[in-house]
Amino acid sequence: MTAIAKSARFKRYKNLEFILGVLLTGGICLAVLFSNLLFPDGGDKINLMARLTAPFTDTAHILGTDPLGRDVLARVVMGGKISLQVGILSVAGAVVIGVIMGLVSGYYRGFWDMIVMRFADVQLALPFILLAITFIAIVGGGLTNMIILLIVSQWVQYARLVRGSVLSLRDREFIQSAQAIGVRDIHILLRHLLPNLIGPVIVLMTLNVANNILLESSLTFLGLGVDPLIPSWGGMLADGRTYLQNAWWVSVFPGLAILLTVLGLNLLGDWLRDSLDPTGRTSR
Amino acid sequence: MAGFLIKRILQAAFVIVAVTLVVAFAVRLTGDPALMLSQGAGSITEEDLARIREALGVNKPFLVQYTDFFLGIFTLDFGRSFLGGTPVIDLIGNALPATLMLAFASMFVSIAVSIPLGIKAAVSRGKWADQFIRIISLIGLSFPNFWLAIMLVLLFSITLQWLPPSGMDGFASFLMPAITMGIILTATNVRLVRTSMLETMQSQYIMVARAKGLSESTVLYKHALRNCAIPLITYFGLQFGGLLGGIVVVERVFNWPGLGTLAFDAVGARDYPVLQAVITVLSMLIVGVNLLVDIAYGLIDPRIRTE
Repeated sequence: MTAIAKSARFKRYKNLEFILGVLLTGGICLAVLFSNLLFPDGGDKINLMARLTAPFTDTAHILGTDPLGRDVLARVVMGGKISLQVGILSVAGAVVIGVIMGLVSGYYRGFWDMIVMRFADVQLALPFILLAITFIAIVGGGLTNMIILLIVSQWVQYARLVRGSVLSLRDREFIQSAQAIGVRDIHILLRHLLPNLIGPVIVLMTLNVANNILLESSLTFLGLGVDPLIPSWGGMLADGRTYLQNAWWVSVFPGLAILLTVLGLNLLGDWLRDSLDPTGRTSR
Repeated sequence: MAGFLIKRILQAAFVIVAVTLVVAFAVRLTGDPALMLSQGAGSITEEDLARIREALGVNKPFLVQYTDFFLGIFTLDFGRSFLGGTPVIDLIGNALPATLMLAFASMFVSIAVSIPLGIKAAVSRGKWADQFIRIISLIGLSFPNFWLAIMLVLLFSITLQWLPPSGMDGFASFLMPAITMGIILTATNVRLVRTSMLETMQSQYIMVARAKGLSESTVLYKHALRNCAIPLITYFGLQFGGLLGGIVVVERVFNWPGLGTLAFDAVGARDYPVLQAVITVLSMLIVGVNLLVDIAYGLIDPRIRTE
């Protein structure tokens, strides 16, 4: 097959990846944004008469009901709120800290550089989940603490990535000329270096939103995450496990929601990686 | 080479000291073990609590407690559990093999699946098989491991009743935990195998092998795969750390008697010696594996040493 036909096919595949990613991620974001309109009761309405209704049997409860008769579909949509909040806020926090630390340590080297790199070594050696359970045993679970925990454990990833790019960029001509004509450091960092290294950072952000949604749901599933009274995917799975014998749907749908959300983000991340790297080095 | 070795070993030693310090400090912030132990004991006076703290040794200054703990690592003496007084090293000795066996079983599943799939993807690069494998690996990467575990239990233990839902008892009990971990590892590994095969396939010795008229399978398995083995083994080695972290959750779902389960129970009971020992042992394993990989790599590739 010719190279052109091959690359056309690859392009079609990339387009498919993009469309699927947007559909999944966009659909879930829309559902979450309008969740209060779609389900005014917030999925909290208990109806013991209708407990453990099987899915696809009752038009009022398309995905069935849980052991307290609450609508599974409503709770799945409401649970998405928590997951997206944790995913987006934790990544936003980690990016801000990580990028600043990476820029400073890569550009100035010296003391800050050493601090960042040693931090990175230590964090790479700590098993995340164990760090998490210790942290949560100290400060308690809950949404805010979970986000802080994720920021603390992930900023180093961005710092390392940015530092690496800065190291390879700082001796290039355009930076040297900027320095030569006396551009201020802050200007060099933000106007010249940052735009040149932001691509891989965006890819890592997308993948980490996905990853953090997984981590949040694991921790909540283990009873260490958000308040069990708030509908969340991990919490629903933990509840549903007890009823696995006779009510599979209580455990299947929240998990499916996690899978589809994370898959959508991973598809987008994959697509972004190839689009931001026109040489196709990483996708070969 | 000696300089490189010393530098790497010093770095590893620093990491161990820092990790143990962080862990010992953090563990002591989790709460008062005396309160946990005396729960439900009725009337407990402040003197009783002080006596319990005295007996546990948690009233000493932090640095004294830390030094005791750190020096104990060298003699494998991690103290005694606050609950029942069993030596911690015995608890670890029982749990570590369970975790390691599960880790190796998962690695085995993942390598057995990802090598053929990765080679297939590399060989049919850009064709539908490649793209299909890519989509499948993305889906695998998106699975929450505890949910996959629950779904396997639903299918194989509840519906089909083929496999035990939990515990560690014979070969059958290994299947579901190892497959759960294996599938998620495989998703990353397929891509690693594919990329390194593609790189190797462009080398001149592969062209030579083809020019000699060797069969395609000899070229692939005898020449290309063997040459990718070194980077692949490196990746697999570095994965080990992440694997140990992920296992904690899966252990919990399958009630696996490993380090993860031990750590969970220890947090609940504020059992400092056990918790800090588990985290230390896991971190040392991760640091040790990374150090070995680094050194092996430095031996093979001189460019790494001078970096």
